[in-house]
Amino acid sequence: MISGLDVIWRNLPFLMIQGFLGFGQFVGGTIRLAIPAIVLGFLLGIFIGLGRLAPQPWIRIPATLYVEFFRGVPLVMVIFWMWFVVPIALHRPIPEFWVALTAFVIFEAAYLGEIVRAGVQSVARGQVEAATAVGLSGTQTMLFVVLPQALKNMIPSLVTQFIVLFKDTSLASIIGFMDLTKAAQVVNNREVRPFALYLFIAVVYWVCTYSMSRYARYVEQRLSPA
Amino acid sequence: MNYTFNWSVLWTGESGRWLLSGLIVTLELSALAWLLALVLGIVSGAFRTVQFRPVRALATFYVEFFRNVPLLVWMFFWYFAVPPVLPEPIREWMFDHGLEFWAGVLALGVYSGARFSEVLRSGIQSIPKTQMEAAAASGLTTFQAYRYVILPVALRLIIPPGTNESLNLLKNSSVALTISVAELTFQTRQIETYTAKAIEALTAGTVIYLVLCLGLASIMSWIERRTAIPGLITGGGRRR
Repeated sequence: MISGLDVIWRNLPFLMIQGFLGFGQFVGGTIRLAIPAIVLGFLLGIFIGLGRLAPQPWIRIPATLYVEFFRGVPLVMVIFWMWFVVPIALHRPIPEFWVALTAFVIFEAAYLGEIVRAGVQSVARGQVEAATAVGLSGTQTMLFVVLPQALKNMIPSLVTQFIVLFKDTSLASIIGFMDLTKAAQVVNNREVRPFALYLFIAVVYWVCTYSMSRYARYVEQRLSPA
Repeated sequence: MNYTFNWSVLWTGESGRWLLSGLIVTLELSALAWLLALVLGIVSGAFRTVQFRPVRALATFYVEFFRNVPLLVWMFFWYFAVPPVLPEPIREWMFDHGLEFWAGVLALGVYSGARFSEVLRSGIQSIPKTQMEAAAASGLTTFQAYRYVILPVALRLIIPPGTNESLNLLKNSSVALTISVAELTFQTRQIETYTAKAIEALTAGTVIYLVLCLGLASIMSWIERRTAIPGLITGGGRRR
């Protein structure tokens, strides 16, 4: 057990700087994938979530199908879809980073969309009526009255989903993206110290996700009326 | 890269057999992991309500550590890191009986058990304390109170999040392909490798997953509607 620490120490720059942060000779990085995936996935999720609530059936039905489809399929499957189909559609090979990012954004937007929908539905009906009464247009009502309040209600579920997404980024290693998991695999192939290496990256992931979940709980307590 | 479709690769050659055996492995893996997760979820959930502090701390550690680390890392951990430190006879047995399958069951079951634990806990916590007090006041024994008052409500409350977590487990079983368990996603990739027809193979796998997940979800939402208590549990049949 203790003898495992030297393998971590020797490979720490590779694991953390290349694998976790994403700087070095390979394109990679858990953080470098997770942050754009969270931001873009949330933006797409807002459109999907609002689409699910649209009065027009030609917007509502495709948005509903989108959500039901991606929630019925494993993420691994979606990653393979992107890996094979995006190069065929664009007629050229695509780097793993873009394949993984596309897969995560499209997949997570289905889950984030449901959170946005629930958040918007949690805003009191009178708020919309009041906004209409003071003369705001539909878009203005959504942007300046409904969404800001909905966002506040959504924060705990959003952070929970961001934690899920953060953990899911490890699956990018399946198509060869050099994230923390792949970096540990590479070191393990050379040094064969699986116990120390996989336990170490488990702890690194845990520190990130657990602090995010503590933050979610803190926000939840602060926002709850009491 | 021009792509010509050839859907016949799905019903010629070995494809059909591969898909079927992949489906069976996915179901076996998920069912065994589900049972393990249920036991671990109930035990750790119960441990978290015990007065004795070390037991409570152990259960909390299990739940918080295992559910907050990616499943893929657990797959590698149980497959590569655990067998070398096991006693010889157990290791022999595992190597003889498909090490990757059992490592997959352990990884998926232990990971999902931590998630089930949270579902059970929030289900039980959502029952008001007064229910138990009212049951005692009307002369029921503790066993009767659980059998006729607490459990009938708790089990119904747990159906929607429990279904959701069980479907997550089923979908997550696809991660076992990383330790070469020959489940459905693995077999889909196999068809792609042999026929070079990626879109056809992925479509077949995707449709099977969709039918499984949406089918199970609609059965469970039917059960939920059938067992709903009027006026107590609202919002019939939505997942999540």
